[in-house]
Amino acid sequence: MSSAVDPAISGLEGLPRRNGELVFTAPWQARAFGVAVALCERQGIGWAAFRSRLIEEIGTWEREHGADASGWDYYERWLASLERLVLDFGLVDGAEVEARVARIAHADVHDHDHD
Amino acid sequence: MTTGKDEGDRYAALRTRAIESLLIEKGLLSEQAVDVVVEAYGSDIGPLHGARVVARAWSDPQFKGRLLKDATAASRELGVGGFVSEYVRAVENTEGQHNLVVCTLCSCYPWGLLGLPPAWYKSPEYRARAVREPRAVLREFGVELPDETEIRIWDSSADLRYIVIPRRPEGTDGLAEDELAALVTRESMIGTGLARQPVA
Repeated sequence: MSSAVDPAISGLEGLPRRNGELVFTAPWQARAFGVAVALCERQGIGWAAFRSRLIEEIGTWEREHGADASGWDYYERWLASLERLVLDFGLVDGAEVEARVARIAHADVHDHDHD
Repeated sequence: MTTGKDEGDRYAALRTRAIESLLIEKGLLSEQAVDVVVEAYGSDIGPLHGARVVARAWSDPQFKGRLLKDATAASRELGVGGFVSEYVRAVENTEGQHNLVVCTLCSCYPWGLLGLPPAWYKSPEYRARAVREPRAVLREFGVELPDETEIRIWDSSADLRYIVIPRRPEGTDGLAEDELAALVTRESMIGTGLARQPVA
């Protein structure tokens, strides 16, 4: 790994390592994981609802990428499944998500000091 | 230099924040609830829970009997269990049979007993090859089994997850339960490894 990724790594120092391996390799993965689990618990959504979407997301990715798994990122599939779950259950709508993404991205450009 | 990976991470981080903040604003979720889950599965719950269960099974044949019958209930005797770990089945390695666990469709795993799965468990390669060529996969993990040993594959699902009870190493008769637990690796409870030999 090149030193160019050092800023990203510095944010990972506090994360748990088990058997020498990071449980999450980026902070957003931990959040996406926690949001899915906490949301299902809180809202009484059966885990099977999340899992079925995860299976579909993984299956689609694998069909599209064939034997080349170089771009594989498990938590990206997880996040896509979470996004579908909240849309399918009508908890948020797609336009809201896009607007919020744009707002946060804009705020980030003007404020690099956020955590 | 920006790489595709960095770009992907930035994009994913942005979307995660967007979704989390919207859910919180709508009162469907609290930041604390997310923190609790991340803390619990990210650091509090690890393979040590499963190792304690295995060590008890090695030490107490009656407990082992209960574990094989209903691993969920038996684990609870040790205060182990939790979300998405409700239905766990324990499968025991013997001289004639080695058990290997996989989730071919996604990543189902006994979180309450083993924490979160390692990256290789979730990889397309392991999920495909564990079923197709388990012996080759085991060899890559450094596990060489006699030809006579049958390898059984257990495909985890949302409803049923598996923990392997590895074979107890020779020469461990005098060891206390916590010493035994130290020999039980995460890989040995998935089936891609064996329990450690005690240091003489």
